[in-house]
Amino acid sequence: MSVVTKPEQGAVVVETVTLTIDGIEVTVPKGTLAIRAAETVGIAIPRFCDHPLLDPQGACRQCMVEIPDMGNGRGFPKPQASCTIEVAPGMQIKTQRTSEVAEKAQRGMLELLLINHPLDCPICDKGGECPLQNQAMSNGGGTSRYDGVKRTFPKPVSLSAQILLDRERCVLCARCTRFSEQIAGDPFIALVERGALQQIGRYADQPYDSYFSGNVVQICPVGALTSAAYRFTSRPFDLVSTSVTCEHCASGCQLRADHRHGVVRRRLAGEAPQVNEEWNCDKGRFAFVSGRGDDRLSTPLVREDGELRPASWPEAIDAAVAGLTAAGNSSGVLTGGRLTMEDAYGYAKFARAILGTNNIDFRARPIGVGEAAFLAQQVAGRTLAQAVTYTDLENAGQVVLVGFEPEEESPIIFLRLRKAVRKKGLSVTALAAFLSNGNAKLKAKLVATVPGSEADAVAGLKLAAGDVILVGERAALAPGALTAVVAAAAKAGARFAWVPRRAGERGAIEAGCLPTLLPGARPVADVAARVDVASHWGSETLPPLEGLDAPAMFAAVTAGELEALVIAGVELSDFADANAAREAVAAAEFVVSLESRFSEVTELADVVFPVALIEERSGTFLNWEHRIGRVNTVVKQVNAPMTDLRVLAALADAMGTPLGVRTTGQARAELAELGTWDQPIKAEAASRTRARAAKKSKANDGEVVKLATWRMLLDGGRGQDGEVALAATAKPSVARISPALASTLGVGDGEVITITSEAGWYSLAASITEGMTEGTVWVPMNSPGTPIGELGVVHGDDVALSLGGAE
Amino acid sequence: MVDKLTPVLSANWGTDNSWKLATYQAAGGYQAVGKALKMTPAAVTDVVKDSGLRGRGGAGFPTGMKWSFVPKDNPNPKYLVVNADESEPGTCKDMPLLLASPHTLVEGMIIASYAINCHTAFVYIRGEVLHVHRRMQQAVAEAYEAGYLGKNILGSGYDLDIVVHAGAGAYICGEETALLDSLEGRRGQPRLRPPFPAVAGLYASPTVINNVESIASVPSILKNGAEWFGSMGTEKSKGYTLYSLSGHVARPGQFEAPLGITLRELLDLAGGVREGHELKFWTPGGSSTPILTAEHLDVPLDYEGMAGAGTMLGTKALQIFDETTSVVRTTLRWTEFYKHESCGKCTPCREGNWWMVQMLRKFEAGQAAVGDVDKLLDVASNIGGKSFCALADGAVACVTSAIRHFRSEFEDGYSTPAWELFPYGRSALFEVPETQGAHA
Repeated sequence: MSVVTKPEQGAVVVETVTLTIDGIEVTVPKGTLAIRAAETVGIAIPRFCDHPLLDPQGACRQCMVEIPDMGNGRGFPKPQASCTIEVAPGMQIKTQRTSEVAEKAQRGMLELLLINHPLDCPICDKGGECPLQNQAMSNGGGTSRYDGVKRTFPKPVSLSAQILLDRERCVLCARCTRFSEQIAGDPFIALVERGALQQIGRYADQPYDSYFSGNVVQICPVGALTSAAYRFTSRPFDLVSTSVTCEHCASGCQLRADHRHGVVRRRLAGEAPQVNEEWNCDKGRFAFVSGRGDDRLSTPLVREDGELRPASWPEAIDAAVAGLTAAGNSSGVLTGGRLTMEDAYGYAKFARAILGTNNIDFRARPIGVGEAAFLAQQVAGRTLAQAVTYTDLENAGQVVLVGFEPEEESPIIFLRLRKAVRKKGLSVTALAAFLSNGNAKLKAKLVATVPGSEADAVAGLKLAAGDVILVGERAALAPGALTAVVAAAAKAGARFAWVPRRAGERGAIEAGCLPTLLPGARPVADVAARVDVASHWGSETLPPLEGLDAPAMFAAVTAGELEALVIAGVELSDFADANAAREAVAAAEFVVSLESRFSEVTELADVVFPVALIEERSGTFLNWEHRIGRVNTVVKQVNAPMTDLRVLAALADAMGTPLGVRTTGQARAELAELGTWDQPIKAEAASRTRARAAKKSKANDGEVVKLATWRMLLDGGRGQDGEVALAATAKPSVARISPALASTLGVGDGEVITITSEAGWYSLAASITEGMTEGTVWVPMNSPGTPIGELGVVHGDDVALSLGGAE
Repeated sequence: MVDKLTPVLSANWGTDNSWKLATYQAAGGYQAVGKALKMTPAAVTDVVKDSGLRGRGGAGFPTGMKWSFVPKDNPNPKYLVVNADESEPGTCKDMPLLLASPHTLVEGMIIASYAINCHTAFVYIRGEVLHVHRRMQQAVAEAYEAGYLGKNILGSGYDLDIVVHAGAGAYICGEETALLDSLEGRRGQPRLRPPFPAVAGLYASPTVINNVESIASVPSILKNGAEWFGSMGTEKSKGYTLYSLSGHVARPGQFEAPLGITLRELLDLAGGVREGHELKFWTPGGSSTPILTAEHLDVPLDYEGMAGAGTMLGTKALQIFDETTSVVRTTLRWTEFYKHESCGKCTPCREGNWWMVQMLRKFEAGQAAVGDVDKLLDVASNIGGKSFCALADGAVACVTSAIRHFRSEFEDGYSTPAWELFPYGRSALFEVPETQGAHA
């Protein structure tokens, strides 16, 4: 393993200012706002429009303070909004605690805010956690002097399918509009009209479809903004909160999951200043109901006379043990990228110590030839202290995106990059087929790159020390791109980070779910590493040969060289060649599936074990920074299914060799005890990854071009099932082509074109995109109706394009 | 009495085709530009500074000093923006000036732009006054044709373009930062300061924003010298200015006179209060300036005199109300204006004017509750001095000053409708049948 240490950070001298607030001396960094300075000494000034992560607005006027001395001996003649006043040396500030002027101003402002506010707290979602309600109690008058007519509006207005607005509750603080414009870069809502009729409005022809729209519900200081998903479902004081780490992407968001009566009602962004700050994306916020459909598995299933039927746990365990014992080490394990690190560790150990094989791969996605070696040498075993972090991104001079679309694939990285672009002059360079809307919002410079030629583009980059290269999962598909990144970074003194898409991928590497790596970044090929693990585990020996990766396992199964597969809830259409995967699983002698919902694998499996949903289990996700994020059990059911780890332990017991771990805590402790391998990894251990045979396209199917493809944040992924309003905010599926290619094909914008490979075709609307790399077509990778795996092609392969829909 | 008048800006208003370039030139127009372009920009600024010219839009900030705040080392372009969004109730000086003599402003803009090293200047004209907008456009076109605008003006090497922009009918866009937002194509709402426009104004570049009358005064200063200008007016309020008399006055209109003249003198010039009536109250500078009464007839109408009387000079829009007028109804009408024109950005202005209108309607209808005068004053005190910009300060000024001078008339609103105490038809300048002049 090569360790790149962080560049030395010089001691940063922060210029400070000393002032007095309510007679208390306070020293804060220069430029601090008065309201924030007061917080440092525990003085809470009421506020509505103020938000520490948004630019100051000064609109609600609730946070008025008296400033008898600006620091120059002179005072402000009028009370001032403390959210817009920067502190000055020697300034004296008197808040509502010591100043009658400030107290009266605040009381008066609350009265004014309430005159047009409906008294519908008992039916308002915000009631119980409402800043207006709370501050009316703490800083307002007991009764209202207002006996006039309240302003009313028809309600509610749909800002999008998900976000609803009740205008009469709105206090016009502009937090939502500022968030949309400043943080997310999606200014699709704005203040419209004037005076007391001022209101939040959306464009007539453009709904508020933003990947981050749910945040405005959370930061709304009243109940004006609600989500279709949560509206009227619960009261805050009836909810029980649990902190969790988001299971969707590898950003590692800390979330708060609120449940009532054993059902998760909503999820909110948690406060994690170093990770997601106070934001999250709509997928993490709203996509948590996929386990509630009628496809949930409730009992084990076994296959009898070709048909699956419910079975008891003992019967299913016996059936699985019989099949696996018969296959022995002629087995393979596919874990997918969504397990907690502890569950992944269970599989890694089960494969080696129980089945006796290194055939294990977590990568349920297209994989590249040099990828395993790159992960072993450049990613595995890194710690947070050695890795690139969000803070490093924020402070970088340049961030280069290689095979990575932050807004779609790691939206919190997107937010942090956008913050740095806005506030710190970060420049972003994107190597991609076209400048996506997300990257345009980062003001990214596009290096137009033909898919597959990323290595050349990387070699041509101008890098400086302190720059960061972010490498996405599909960079591995471009020959030489990963080694080019390593070389370019080394040459320039820049740093790089690999950003997987799924939450469990980074932890799966550490847990040992690669055919070349044992837990703790120990190379299978290194006998000392094998002995080390074997002695920890109390095993006599571990299999010495590097295992097969996922496509190789499929090929081996189809060829009759591998008998059994253990599959942990993966989607076959996620693999580079969905049909090959399907064929293999169907051809396998014996298939055990551990999953929580009925899937394509269920239909082909011999024994199926239902396992717990993420909300029913605890564990750990490692995010892209290598930061630990804890998953806590949210709902505790008496009839909750077992975790993967428990099932594996039961199977191991029945096979005669205990797994040694059955709880999350035990797995975590054992993994910690194993620690990280501290010996250097020998360069390029013989890789058993074979070059993939793509489903080539023929010229008679149309114009042959290179395929560019990646996943949209909101797409056909099964984790988003059941959340209709969220799905309605997804981007429509289009095929992007350059104007020149469009004229070659004779296709107009919006007309249907067909993309053909040897395995099949998709027809979808063409979107003529300025600046698109020539000879390239882009399609979403897994949007409803277009799982690219079904075509057997990956990013960088040839496909044929033709005008019109295919029959 | 006529010797009190000092027509400079209005000197040519009576000439035929006064708005034409030829007419303006015949009266000595555009001579000041030639003079200024031969001076250094700093010297031009110094002349304006020395003259003591103060902003005629109401605040009275020294114009030359404002120009000198433009940072020299800022690499961005510098802009001059002329505020012609005259919309305050009672205020009516800039529109007649632009209608009668638009070239005075064009000439002033060329000189001011030269002084601050600006090459693109804007006039933001209230959108409702289409005729003024057209006249200004024609004047600018004429000036381009004559070589006073465009490249290499009068062979000096100095370039200037003027953009004439129409607002869309919002009082708030007369607030300088809201004006800038509107000019940039956004919704007009005041901006947070700092940064101040002199540092980051239009398109985040250094910007000077001046009132029409301030800039229009510049050519005469350049032509006649700072001393000439300073010879008029009072010690701290120098020069001449336009006073606009309206309401219950025999001959309403524009009266150009030195600063420091009194209302008594102006009323003499205007033929006095409507015949058979006497002065009840008046505004010194539009509805945003606290009202005064007959006891203030001899207070000098300059910045200091008005401040001393607890009000402001404002735009020198003197609205005269005689004894037939209900101060409650007048205050209600003004407050309705502010409620309608509040931009909605900040709580006190948006909600407070909404509330005050409802309270004042009760006073007008004689349905206010005992004690509501104090409640109105308290609500006003929670609005004034708490808002984001000065709009709300102006909105409460008329309420608090009206109560200060005529509290008992408000207390009458506990029991008696204002239209019974002051039948509305009587304050109209034309015949209104008693049956109609009601409280619509």
